[in-house]
Amino acid sequence: MGKTFARPESMSLAVTHYCPGCTHGIIHRLVAEVIDELGICGRTVGIAPVGCAVLAYNYFTFDFQEAAHGRAPAMATGIKRVRPDLTVFTYQGDGDLASIGMGEIIHAANRGEKFTTIFVNNAVYGMTGGQMAPTTMPGQRTTTSPFGRNVDDVGMPIKVAELLAALQTPAYIVRQAVLKPKYIVKAKKAIKRAFQYQLDRKCFSLVEIISTCPTNWGVNPVEAITWAEEKMLPYYKLGEYKTPEDV
Amino acid sequence: MSKVLMKGNEAIGEAAIRSGCLNYFAYPITPQSEVAEYLARRMPEVGGVFLQGESEVAVSYMIFGAAAAGARVFTTSSSPGISLMSEGISYMAGAQCPAVFVNIMRGGPGLGGILPSQADYFQATKSLGHGDFRLLVMAPASVQEAVEMMMDAFPLAEKYRNPVMILGDGLIGQMMEPVEFPDSKKTEPLNNDAWATSGLDTRKSDTRNLVKSLFLDPEALNNNNLLLKSKYEQMKREEVRFEAYNTDSAYNVLIVSYGTMSRVCRTAIDSMKADGIEVGMIRPQTLFPFPEDQIRAAADVTHCSVVASIEMSMGQMIEDIERSVQGKKPVKWFGKCGGDVPTPEEVVA
Amino acid sequence: MQNEVQFAGFGGQGIMLIGKILAHAAMEEGFEVSWVPSYGPEMRGGTAYCTVVISDQPIGSPVIKNPRHLVAMNRPSLEKFAPAVQKGGIIFINGSLISVNSGRDDVDELVVPVVEMAKELGNVKTANIIALAAFVARSGVVGIEALKGSIKEEFAQKQKLIPMNMQAVDAGIQAAKKD
Repeated sequence: MGKTFARPESMSLAVTHYCPGCTHGIIHRLVAEVIDELGICGRTVGIAPVGCAVLAYNYFTFDFQEAAHGRAPAMATGIKRVRPDLTVFTYQGDGDLASIGMGEIIHAANRGEKFTTIFVNNAVYGMTGGQMAPTTMPGQRTTTSPFGRNVDDVGMPIKVAELLAALQTPAYIVRQAVLKPKYIVKAKKAIKRAFQYQLDRKCFSLVEIISTCPTNWGVNPVEAITWAEEKMLPYYKLGEYKTPEDV
Repeated sequence: MSKVLMKGNEAIGEAAIRSGCLNYFAYPITPQSEVAEYLARRMPEVGGVFLQGESEVAVSYMIFGAAAAGARVFTTSSSPGISLMSEGISYMAGAQCPAVFVNIMRGGPGLGGILPSQADYFQATKSLGHGDFRLLVMAPASVQEAVEMMMDAFPLAEKYRNPVMILGDGLIGQMMEPVEFPDSKKTEPLNNDAWATSGLDTRKSDTRNLVKSLFLDPEALNNNNLLLKSKYEQMKREEVRFEAYNTDSAYNVLIVSYGTMSRVCRTAIDSMKADGIEVGMIRPQTLFPFPEDQIRAAADVTHCSVVASIEMSMGQMIEDIERSVQGKKPVKWFGKCGGDVPTPEEVVA
Repeated sequence: MQNEVQFAGFGGQGIMLIGKILAHAAMEEGFEVSWVPSYGPEMRGGTAYCTVVISDQPIGSPVIKNPRHLVAMNRPSLEKFAPAVQKGGIIFINGSLISVNSGRDDVDELVVPVVEMAKELGNVKTANIIALAAFVARSGVVGIEALKGSIKEEFAQKQKLIPMNMQAVDAGIQAAKKD
């Protein structure tokens, strides 16, 4: 009897630098499993962001590029335009994608660039130490919103999936979570479908993944999951926002 | 091959294609938008890639992504646009990616103007972006030279795995002159299997490639910077280009000037020669590496009493000239930076 | 030997085009040429001018303070640029739009009502070609055959315009003689 659970070939042996209770490791694994299942490790290029996942390239076994803050969609565009045969994905956090890189992601999505974006939304800047993100929840305390996010002052959290789904160009836009196994199963399906659309050269695809940051939220991992379910999921509703079959 | 009359901007676009580069990303800005307009029609004819990005910032990363994937790629812009691209160019230098950036300069600072200028000398040769890096910078003085430098730029970028800049002023882009595209300058990209993220299957390798400029370990970062430095030292040894004019005369004044400005100087030298006054000129064709030894040698002859930096900027190149001359002769500056190109008559005066 | 010709007028009068046609003709005759435009945000209606430098030697400065000749297609251009023309040069004046002369007695002044002539030919857009042909016939900076060849190449994608432009060239040559 063979192994029923093993390390995906697309994942390296490196031990991750992520904090206890962080969900990046789960998401990395889902991406690696999908790439293995699709058999595309040898023609995949990943693009790491600036943020907690800046070192993501250490945890995969295929080619990787490292972007500047927010610019991964432009780099992915460059690769896909000159090498449409490669499978390209960006892996971006909420500060990277929804703040400094908002211009790049909107235009890449609107051009219908045939790459995949894994967008990790944990409502905070992680690597720089817990500052407010565009996705930080109303009233949520961060180091730069010490009295809680004041929406009169800095606006409401940006719903990236809804915002990108409003573009007229066909795309696959979906939001899932990795808080519990029931969510993880759906998240993996969404990631696989996103890559499949890319392989079919069909459309731009983005999977927003609701995630946790126990360290910067100042709670333990279990409390973090509860908080995300209670505070984030009612605002960031899970589901498909757009498929290329729509329109 | 017969000559064709082309605008500098269009000739630059065509030269890239003729040298074997079929990938172009850009954002429009005066006075070089004709490159994008030309290539929007031309690239589809040759099966190449043309994409108008959403900003110069994004374009610099499209270039980075494409170059890191192993493609020959270039962009064109003008001064304010180059400032925006400087971020991506710094990343590319750190990650050792080749590409060609063309700056058809306009006046600054800020929005400045749209007329010819050489105000980005410091930016191109000293501090284009953050971090410890250099570009190989070539400065054409005619449309034909712009073509030839473009065609040379790609193999040079690949030789050094470093961005190369073509630094022209607005006139180089806007002027029409006869050009020919030497077939001999068409090149094949160097093999980049050792570093490009071209896909494991593409290069039939088990070793993945990683293109990055992040080195958190101080020793690793220091080593990367030492490696970059060694490349810049090699450029200084191997890539200096210059042209000497009237330096076999007993000149009293030695002019150093580049680009369009150097052509104005050439006319001024001719007219002074007719009046019995001998003036020599060194025209740097590469601004980095700078022809330091050649300028020092030309200044260090007994009949030369003064060296003049003549530039369409407020005294930028003069610092490199002073460094080259090493105090052996006084160095003076003459220039204009509002968009008017100084006339030969003004240079003579 | 170097000739510099400045062409000036309103944007939309085809100033840049006739400069380019002359530069092309000179190139075909084996000369070194530079075509230097004014450029700016105004695409229509503003002042447009360009300078064509034609030389049997490599061209030094493409920036010319005192051109040998001037082709002025409107009054502001004439007033602005006529004083800079070299002694003994030609100043071409579009007589249809300019009611004054250059005020110079040391140049060869050629006044041609190109707009009326173009209307007679049936297309007012040929006024610039009439002006160019008249100037070329008077100055001899390039041969008429080279000029015609250059015009044909410029309109290679619009063949049906070529006969009318050839008529415009002939009309311009005649006008240069009559003066």
